Amino acid sequence: MTTLSREETEALIAEVLEVYPEKAKKDRAKHLAANDTSIEQSKKCITSNRKSLPGVMTIRGCAYAGSKGVVWGPIKDMIHISHGPVGCGQYSRAGRRNYYVGTTGIDTFGTMNFTSDFQEKDIVFGGDKKLTKLIEEVEQLFPLHNGISVQSECPIGLIGDDIESVSKKSSVVIGKPVIPVRCEGFRGVSQSLGHHIANDAIRDWVLDKRDGQAFESTPYDVAIIGDYNIGGDAWATRILLEEMGLRVVAQWSGDGTLAEMMNTPKVKLNLLHCYRSMNYISRHMEEKYGIPYMEYNFFGPTKIIESLRKIAGFFDDSVKEKTEAMIARYQPMMDAIIAKYKPRLQGKKVMLYVGGLRPRHVIGAYEDLGMEVIGTGYEFAHNDDYDRTIKEMGDATLLYDDVTGFELEEFVKRLKPDMVGSGIKEKYIFQKMGIPLRQMHSWDYSGPYHGYDGFAIFARDMDIALSNPTFKNLTPPWKKVDAEEVKKAA
Amino acid sequence: MANIMIRQGEKGLTFYLPKRDLEASIESIEFDSPEKWGGELKLDNGGSYYIDPIAKPPRLPISLRAKRLGAAED
Repeated sequence: MTTLSREETEALIAEVLEVYPEKAKKDRAKHLAANDTSIEQSKKCITSNRKSLPGVMTIRGCAYAGSKGVVWGPIKDMIHISHGPVGCGQYSRAGRRNYYVGTTGIDTFGTMNFTSDFQEKDIVFGGDKKLTKLIEEVEQLFPLHNGISVQSECPIGLIGDDIESVSKKSSVVIGKPVIPVRCEGFRGVSQSLGHHIANDAIRDWVLDKRDGQAFESTPYDVAIIGDYNIGGDAWATRILLEEMGLRVVAQWSGDGTLAEMMNTPKVKLNLLHCYRSMNYISRHMEEKYGIPYMEYNFFGPTKIIESLRKIAGFFDDSVKEKTEAMIARYQPMMDAIIAKYKPRLQGKKVMLYVGGLRPRHVIGAYEDLGMEVIGTGYEFAHNDDYDRTIKEMGDATLLYDDVTGFELEEFVKRLKPDMVGSGIKEKYIFQKMGIPLRQMHSWDYSGPYHGYDGFAIFARDMDIALSNPTFKNLTPPWKKVDAEEVKKAA
Repeated sequence: MANIMIRQGEKGLTFYLPKRDLEASIESIEFDSPEKWGGELKLDNGGSYYIDPIAKPPRLPISLRAKRLGAAED
């Protein structure tokens, strides 16, 4: 399959849209586009962050997922109460692989599920009393926790419970922060608003709690923002930063703690990996505390080196020297990996739709391996994300925003990529279609992928997926057409 | 009126509207002198906003109240 020209890509989009009714077609057409690297602004070619079309299969999540699952969940020393019926918390429990250090159930609670388990009577009479009791019980059973966050599920907003008042009162009783988060699932069009709400809750209830307190700072203090330590990513990042001579004060929020978050306003630079979910708090800290933030990308050697130099640019020469020494030290390792895997992966085509916002980050890593990304899109991106993506992608490649199950399947059938980097929910389609895939949402139970060490694992995993013989054996024997018979029939 | 934030980007000023998660670069600012700064902001997405002129803030980013003059088409 050769790369499509602009006309072909546009024809493909038009063909896929053909099955929709007129109104739906008009709506969906705005979300699909052929990339145009010449334009500065994504809104000229693609619309994003709009309500999903009713009746199609979208892969989006909800505001609760964005707050509890993404931003708050990984903070390990807090107890995050899924306030509402039991399902939301239970079915999303521990699926994201935010690794952490600690003894679960004693001083860390990352993989546990706490819920107020709403019943009919709580909906009718309100759940505030239950929440108060729950917080008391939590305090008694898990005395080593450092704080509680109350993550609202849909009914809380619908029945109008006053979780703020309960939180304030309970906070005084237990003497620890209790943070109400108004992340009811019905808010917004996707999990993206949940990130925003969670960031705002951190801003209002956490960030300024240690202002004015003494803090032994160094000129090299940084915070890792928006790294969720999936499969150990933040650790792979942290060792590089520490080798540069920086001091990592806080990790947000993978393997992070409440105290780290409270100390973040004391740092000199915020390093922002996941722009989409944590740009809000970075902007706030830039304004209130004058801490600049910098977006970086630790996927693949090209982008790592670029990012490391950019980070070092904020600091003095000793950091720059250490950075250069580190880059030189890792270079042979990177060369060896590329020499090993590039011949096996060269020229392979990848389509990405991974749920989170990683596509634009991992494009560089694929290119380092000689692979080509021929289509990408996001579930919950905004215009500014596409602004940044357009430059990373090749001209006339396919972009799809909030793609529907049908569209994605058709695109894959037509573009015939060698590999699909899929998310958790849509991966089964491709598995059944017999296309090599990696679940790139939580690294397919592998990882880390960040940093130099992560790239070694990334390259190996891509090779494993592509060279897997399973995918060639997905057609059952009785459906296999014998090549000889075809010849005879002809 | 809407709360907006203006920050110094790599290439000039950027405009950010938290309520709508809208980020755009500012193409022109009506007044840009130390004692009078603000006025009409023209954005690269076609929208324009008005902020009351103030003394040039010593440090960006700054949060301000802005009036929408012309919205960017969706």
